[in-house]
Parts: sequence; structure tokens; C-alpha cells
Amino acid sequence: MTDSTPPFIARTFIAFGVFFRFIFDPAFAGAVQQVRSGEGPVPEIAPPEPKPAPTLKQAPPDSALQLLGLLQQKGRLVDFLQEEVSAFSDEQVGAAARVVHEGCRQVLVEHFTLEPVREESEGSRVTLQKGFDASAVRLVGNVVGEPPFSGTLTHRGWRVNDLRLPKIASGHDTHIVASAEVEL
Amino acid sequence: MTEPRFAVGIDLGTTHCALSFVDLAASDGEQVAQQVLGIPQLVAPGSVEDRALLPSFVYLPHPDEFAPGDLTLPWPGDHALVAGELARERGAQTPIRLISSAKSWLCHPGVDRRGAILPVDAPPEVTRLSPLAVSAHYLAYIRDAWDHAHPATPLAEQAVTITIPASFDPAARELTAEAARSVGLSDFTLLEEPQSALYSWIQGSGGQWRDQVRVRDVILVVDLGGGTADFSLMYVAERDGALELNRVAVGDHILLGGDNMDLALAHGAAAKLAAQGTRLEPWQLRALAHGCRGAKERLLGDEAVDTLPIVVPSRGSRLIGGSLRTELTRDEVTTTVQEGFFPRVEASARPMGRPRAGLSQLGLPYAQDAAVTRHLAAFLQRQTQAAGELAGMEGALPEGASFLHPTAVLFNGGVFKSSVLADRVLEVLNGWLAAEGAPAARRLEGVDLDLAVSRGAAYYSYVRRGTGVRIRGGTACAYYVGIESSMPAVPGMAPPVSALCIAPFGMEEGTSAQLPTQQFGLVVGEPVHFRFFSSSVRRQDQVGTLLDYWSDDEIQELAEIEITLPAEGRPPGEMVPVQLHAAVTETGTLLLEAVPGSGEERWRLEYDVRGTTET
Repeated sequence: MTDSTPPFIARTFIAFGVFFRFIFDPAFAGAVQQVRSGEGPVPEIAPPEPKPAPTLKQAPPDSALQLLGLLQQKGRLVDFLQEEVSAFSDEQVGAAARVVHEGCRQVLVEHFTLEPVREESEGSRVTLQKGFDASAVRLVGNVVGEPPFSGTLTHRGWRVNDLRLPKIASGHDTHIVASAEVEL
Repeated sequence: MTEPRFAVGIDLGTTHCALSFVDLAASDGEQVAQQVLGIPQLVAPGSVEDRALLPSFVYLPHPDEFAPGDLTLPWPGDHALVAGELARERGAQTPIRLISSAKSWLCHPGVDRRGAILPVDAPPEVTRLSPLAVSAHYLAYIRDAWDHAHPATPLAEQAVTITIPASFDPAARELTAEAARSVGLSDFTLLEEPQSALYSWIQGSGGQWRDQVRVRDVILVVDLGGGTADFSLMYVAERDGALELNRVAVGDHILLGGDNMDLALAHGAAAKLAAQGTRLEPWQLRALAHGCRGAKERLLGDEAVDTLPIVVPSRGSRLIGGSLRTELTRDEVTTTVQEGFFPRVEASARPMGRPRAGLSQLGLPYAQDAAVTRHLAAFLQRQTQAAGELAGMEGALPEGASFLHPTAVLFNGGVFKSSVLADRVLEVLNGWLAAEGAPAARRLEGVDLDLAVSRGAAYYSYVRRGTGVRIRGGTACAYYVGIESSMPAVPGMAPPVSALCIAPFGMEEGTSAQLPTQQFGLVVGEPVHFRFFSSSVRRQDQVGTLLDYWSDDEIQELAEIEITLPAEGRPPGEMVPVQLHAAVTETGTLLLEAVPGSGEERWRLEYDVRGTTET
């Protein structure tokens, strides 16, 4: 709700507006009558819906944990990133990176269907018509004027068309992205 | 029984199972609406995913091994056993609790196939399962997955085809049928896997197959899966103006497949690491074999790649410092896989057998010669005479040919994802053909190497119900019982045995053989055993043919068959004369019965699947 006590000048204008509306809008008149008699306004003619305030939501943690678990199980991603690499030679890091690359790629292929946002090859000229999807295409550089925009495609983008994550048993602890292993 | 809505094909494979189905209402003629069932399975504890393939592994977990609820599946049940991807993964780390290759045990005549013997290496506290129970478990699992996805049309009410290796003996076929019955299936048929692959090819061609094969073609199907090699020959004949397919021969059961190749490469890589002073533990060797499989497929598939690194990740969390790295080169793959498993050999080559050690460990009878091409040469050579003996096949082979000449080849099985290997087999085969002045065999393209068997089986379920081309198969062997000759005893020599043919070659489903004239005396109330033989080459023998002499190449001895006559009103100890009679059931199993001279009674002979140490 906005401030409910407008200043005098504003009140004068509102009074005139209300006067004419009271005469010509029977429903409004009825509502004002109700306010005066203390019954409160009727919801139907409440002021036009305010624009919903932008909301930020917390993504549910389960699928993030599940994906991290998959990347660790198949690609040892957590092991790799948690390790201090500066002490190792490029060759050693490279050997481990192959494990990570192969495994994480497998996760990507098995669970996601990916396709480029733009089919054109990178470096080619593209034109964006008015009403293009700003979340799928990001404008950078000399962003001025009106669409259609013409520019060079620097990255084709990726879109996930299909996502197939395994179902999780209720009660399964997804926080364990890699269980400790004990050989007997 | 309600009319089935779906025609279903189940590939009950040595390393993978799959299910494919045809919607009967939406299919007409060669327009077939077919799908593959995504089988929900545990891929990690508490994590279930749909996959087209169910790895044929069962893991018997320790009660404390998994958190409660971590083995939950989409359908209710106690889920004490793990099957599929998680079973395979866990089993790689704890092999004493893993059952693999149960199907190969199902046709192992040396063990008790109803006995709880698997896993062979399990400690005493693990409750073992019989090969039969494991097969039934896979079928029950697939049934549950189907019923969960199709609650209104349960699997037991659909038309089902289950595939088996062409080389399965009658006892293994009967056990497969028993496993299917034990999970509530009744309307089902057994189909040989190479035939199924050919059905899949026929279906995939969308009616074009008639243009791709000709009358008098001899189609060789080479099916090389993870653990087994299976060969079959089909002959294209003409009947009433239409093409007709006849399955004319099947090969022996050969335990040789893609897993052998990966393991061979891994041993080579391990030797290289050992030369650098690194000794591998068993788990590292398995990881190496896994890495070699991927590298093999890439090196054989991509000419541009010469060397691929293989990394065995550390087990601990220190990935960078603790991993082992080696390389696999094109030369190594070519030498090990192409020359080791697909060598260029002569058409007269034979598999080399190593003499078996006197005391062999209880295990599967793995092929002793790894060369697929030598097994193939032996198979084709053994079937040379088929051309002269089969009706309609006369003249398919020129005079003096030393082996049966295929004119077309269909490849199936995961090994042939490397097309170089299929090319090599074709090249070797065409070399043999060229040496005898025969035209080169062509390659039939276009089957899905992983799913062709289940797809073909579903298609077979479909064509069985209506019109469409059928492969005429029948039994791929003639069957004999052994009769001990009455001869003066010679010290140190077993009395010679004659073989009496009771089921001829090529008996079709739903038919029975005529009654032989030979009679046997059965003692009431006592089990009587018969030695049991088969031949995949003696096509001319009819019921009643008595063989006094044969070569080892011609006739194989199977596990015994036995019968116990119930007393039922007869004085115990009485001798009843009977004739032995064979029939092939609609399901596709061989039924052996004893028929007494008078009356309408019939007694069923049982296959001895308890295993005999002599065989």
C-alpha cells in the first residue's frame, strides 16, 4: 500500500476526482458508501493490482547436490577442485584432467540434452529482431539505438533442452556427494 | 486370457538385458509402432534412473552395506538383491558378492544348474543363488519394470518372446522356459538370438529387405557380444513366389567376446606399467580394462588418432598425485585385438585347444582359442555338407568347396561398434571365398548393435500373430539316446555305445517326431538314466537311425536324461517296455516322453541339470 495520508493539494485533486466518479460510477459509489458506514471496501473494485514485486527464490538444494554427486562419482570433480594444483607439473594435472573431463562429459551427455542457442557459426554476422529473448542472447559492446541489432556472434550459447536426473529415494542423504570408502 | 495389447521381446543377455515392445493396435503389416522400455534401476545408492539396458549382474549386499531406503525401487518389494548398473559397479569392487554371466552357467553341463552355486567365490555367509534363480530374477525384475510402466496391461498378459543363444542345448532351453514360468509368464516363446538380429534387420528395412537379399543367398549372422560368440546360417529360398528364410545351422557355444578383448588390452597396458616399475592391484587392472574399452573403440573408429592416454584414477581423494597414466597406441590395439582375436587365417584353420589341466577349477568353460576367425572357419567347414542335404539348397555350393559359402553377412553385438572389426571379419571371409573362386559376401547394414536382439524378438512376437515373414528354424540339431551294446566284456574298455536317433534335425515348433520302433525296458519306481547326444551336422538321420560309430566332430554328448516311472498300480520292480518319443513345444523347448506300448499314458523325461563330474 502507498502512503495513506496524502498532502492537502493532493487531497483537493482526489476530492474532485472522487466527486465525478461518485456521480458516474455506481459501483464506486456503493463502495464509498460502505467505507463511510464502516463495512470496508468490496474487494472487486479494489485499486488495480499492483505489479507483483520481483521475487527471488532459493533453488531447492537436492538437485544441486545430486548433480555435484554425479560429477564427483563419474568425474572426480570435487576431488580435483579441492586439490592444490600448484605443486604438480602440467603433465600430472593434465593426466587427472582427463579423468575429470571424460567423467563429467559422460554426466553431461547422459543427463542433459544440450544444443547451441544460435545455430550460426561463431564469428558470423547476426541480426536480432525486435522482441528477441534477452535471456538467451546477451548484448555487449556498443549497445545503443533500436532493434533490429546487427553484430558478430562471439559465443553460440548453450541451451538445455532436456534434463534427466536420476530419481532419489526419499530419505537418501544427498549431502554425501562421495561416501568414504573402507576396504575390509 | 485377455487378448494381448503388446508384442514384447526380452533380450536375456549374458551381459545385458533389454525389453522392446510393439503396440499391436497401432501396427499394421510392415508399419510397426515399436519402442524400447526404459528399465528403472539403481545407478547409485538411493538413486534410480531409467536405462534401455539392464546390466545382467546381481549383487548380494551385506545387511549393513546400504543405508535403509537406499535400495528403494519404483515398485514395492523387499529389494534385498541389487540388479543392474549398481550391481555391476559395486561388484567390481566386491567381486565375492557379485553374480555375473549367469546365463553361461545355465548351459554349463558340469554343474548343478538348480543348485545354489553362485557366486562361485562367495564366502559361506553369503546366500548363494542357482543359475536358474538368477535368470528368473532378471525376468522378474523386467516384469516388475514393465508392470510399473504399464499397470493396465501386465506383462503376463502380453505376447512375449525371450531370446536365447542359438547354441543353447535342450536342457538350457527348458531351464529358461522354467524361469519364465516361475515369474508368471505363460504366453511366451523362445527365439534364437541370431534369428532375432535378422528379424530386427528385416523390420528396420521397412519392407526393403526383399530387394537386398536374393533367392539362394546364404546369410551368415555373426553375433559377438560381451561374453559370447554365436554364429548362425540362414538360407533364402522361394516358396509360392515369396522369399522364405530358413535357419540352416547354428554354431557351438563359444565363451568369447568383447570383455576378453578389453582384458587383453588391459594386461598389455599393465605389462607396460610394470616395466616402469609400477605394479597394479586388481582394482587398478579393472579400471584399466574399463579405460581400454573406450580407447579401443576410439582408436579403431578414428584413423586420425594414433595414441590415446589411459588414466587409472587413484582411489583416494588425491586425484592428481595418485593417478596412474599410460598410453594405448594404434599399433597395440591392432596387434592385440585385430591380430589376436581376428587374425587372417586360412579357411582350413581350426581353433587350437590347450590340453586341460587334470584338476580344473570349477569355472566356466571359456574358449581356449581367442581367434574368432578360427572358430568361424571351423563352423563353416563343419556345415559344408548342409548345402547338399537341405531341401531347396542343392547347388548352393560349387563342387569341391571346402566350406559353406555365405553370400551375405549380418553383424550383431557390441564388439562390432568398431566397424574395423566387422570389416576385418568380412575381409578374412572374402579371402576364403576368393580362394575358391566364389563371389565376395556382402554386408547387410542397419541393425542397432545393442538393441537388435530385443527389437527383433518383439517383431517376432508381432509377426507370429499375423502376417509377415517368418524364419523357418526348427531344431538345429538331431538328438540321440545312447544304447549300450551287448558285447563280451573286454577288460579296460567300456562297452561300446550306439546312438539311436529320437529327434531328427529341423523339427519345428508344435510338431512331434514319429515313434521309433526300438523299445526300452523301464523298471517301475526306479530312476533310469539315458546318455544323451546331439549333432549339428547329421541332417539325414531319421527317427530310429542307429549309429555304431561317429567322430567327435559330428556328435556331442550332452548331460544325461532320466525318467522315473511312477508305480501307479503297477507292482514295483516290474519292467515296462516303452518307446522314447520327442516333440518340440510351441514355446520352443524339446519335450522327451516315454510311451508304453499299450494305453494312452506318457511319462516325461527330465534333463539332468544337476551336473555330472564325468562330463
